[in-house]
Amino acid sequence: MTIVAMSLEAEVMEALSTVLDPELDEPITDLGFVRSVDIDDVGVTVHVRLPTSFCSPNFAYLMTSDALDAVRRIEDVGQVRVFLDDHHDSDKINAGLAADAGYRGTFGGEAEDSLDELRRTFQVKAHTAAMERCIEERLKNSGLTVADVYRLRLNNLPGGHIKDALLRRRTAIGLGIGPHARVFVDEHDVPVPPDEVPLRLRFAKSVRISIEGNSHFCRGLLGTRYADEDDLTTRITNTRGTSSSGTSSRLTARSAS
Amino acid sequence: MYTKDGENYFIVDSHVHLWDGRKQNQKNVHGQEFIDCFFDYHSNLSPDSEKWSYDEYVYYGGERLMKDLFEDGYVDHAIFQSTMLMEFYKRGFSCSDESWDLVQKHPDKLTYNHSFDPRNGEAGLKQLVADAEKFNLRGVKLYTAEWHGDSRGYKLSDPGCRTYLEKCLELGITNIHVHKGPTLKPLDKDAFNVDDVDAVASDYLDLNFIVEHCGLPRLEDFCWIATQESNVYAGLSVVMPFIHTRPRYFAEVIGELLYWVGEDKMTFSSDYALWTPKWLIEKFVDFQIPEDLTDYAPITTDQKKKILGLNAAALYDIEVPEHLRLPTSAGDADTEVAPGAKQAVAS
Repeated sequence: MTIVAMSLEAEVMEALSTVLDPELDEPITDLGFVRSVDIDDVGVTVHVRLPTSFCSPNFAYLMTSDALDAVRRIEDVGQVRVFLDDHHDSDKINAGLAADAGYRGTFGGEAEDSLDELRRTFQVKAHTAAMERCIEERLKNSGLTVADVYRLRLNNLPGGHIKDALLRRRTAIGLGIGPHARVFVDEHDVPVPPDEVPLRLRFAKSVRISIEGNSHFCRGLLGTRYADEDDLTTRITNTRGTSSSGTSSRLTARSAS
Repeated sequence: MYTKDGENYFIVDSHVHLWDGRKQNQKNVHGQEFIDCFFDYHSNLSPDSEKWSYDEYVYYGGERLMKDLFEDGYVDHAIFQSTMLMEFYKRGFSCSDESWDLVQKHPDKLTYNHSFDPRNGEAGLKQLVADAEKFNLRGVKLYTAEWHGDSRGYKLSDPGCRTYLEKCLELGITNIHVHKGPTLKPLDKDAFNVDDVDAVASDYLDLNFIVEHCGLPRLEDFCWIATQESNVYAGLSVVMPFIHTRPRYFAEVIGELLYWVGEDKMTFSSDYALWTPKWLIEKFVDFQIPEDLTDYAPITTDQKKKILGLNAAALYDIEVPEHLRLPTSAGDADTEVAPGAKQAVAS
């Protein structure tokens, strides 16, 4: 058995990279939303920032509470604190996170619906966009015609990142990833009937365009808003066990592809 | 009017503002956050040559507006959309008095749309009647996500709002502009959610619902309801500037809108002073959908003419010189709609 030692900084960043912006369907670490990570003898403090003061508070809560949960899962991490910076609801959300108050406990009467439903809505959209990318790839690069899209199964898709993404999205909404599963299905795994394929494919395309456009807009706004800080990098400090001299580093967010 | 390559375009900028975001007008920190957020939108999406300084941006006044729109910006007619935000600004974000003064000075160039908030109940309804008379209202701009006391938003389909919409019908206020897009997002009453437009559009076929910002960032939800309702329009405010920063995405959005919503139901705007009309119009007239986006037909000169002005002129009965006219079904809820809509309805 091989044990690979991983620094706590890397473990924290890896944990945070599992947190997705539900609307953009990308990790908050890639989007530049993680402003800083500070590790000391007591625990870990994470600061999160968003592209505008008015970014949806329910999404803001969802991402920050997911971040809290993700970092807490690291062994011996100590006390974990997550703060949302520069948001119109920062005080409310930060107080709610510190008290583990939950969504309803944080927002009280303003929160009418459950966050699970919201999360599900965007997971379904992400799945729709992932199907469209895979199908478009086949239409472009193989002899597949629109009339035959309904026959397409997972094992007809070539390996690669767009297929991997589809499998992840299927798993997220509770669909199986067996090789003979149909590709073009609704959120309950019911295959799209052949006569509905053209319209549904067209609609899936508009979902994909939306998600990609949002990602560009949000990255751009974040860059403009924090133009005086170092690009979209996460500032990391670790003073654990070295009370006098800490280490400091920066990780650069991957740029949009 | 804008002229290029022998073609003349009648321009209606259907969404402009005269605002005061200055410190002395801010009621609280949200007023500051709001204008800062607008400035970031402006800075992020404008070409370098068109960027304003922050001081110019927070307040620019009527004279500059007239110059940017009508002298430099090719605009024939512009429509003020008021954004009151009374919870954030002492006298409101929009300078309604100053806007109205300008409209009275230039009635051939400017139209003033006021606003209502159904949460003001009976008193607000009376105010709407008074406003309709004072401003000769043909349209209103609604911010369903606007804060109001403990409330962080309302839906067009709420019973209280339906009462207001019925009053609009009675008063001849036929153009209901609804902000569905970025900024000012409340919690569950999602600022992007267009379901409430769907619900009321089918009940009030004599009203036109112009969805500003097309429900971005959820274009697909908007396109879907637009296929179902023949009196739902795509307001291109905030969509337009992507023509510069991300032309391919812009082409896809325009391609989708032409397909689902149709060329008679899209209206141009600069959202001035978020952006200025001059560069947007120049770029849009030069714009073409890239050949490799094979799902979309090339955009035609006639389609551009309708989007840039003729559709909005039809909605507001703005006089268009004879030689610049084209037939459009804008304003007519009985006519056949977009290709995507036909397909969606048929299935």
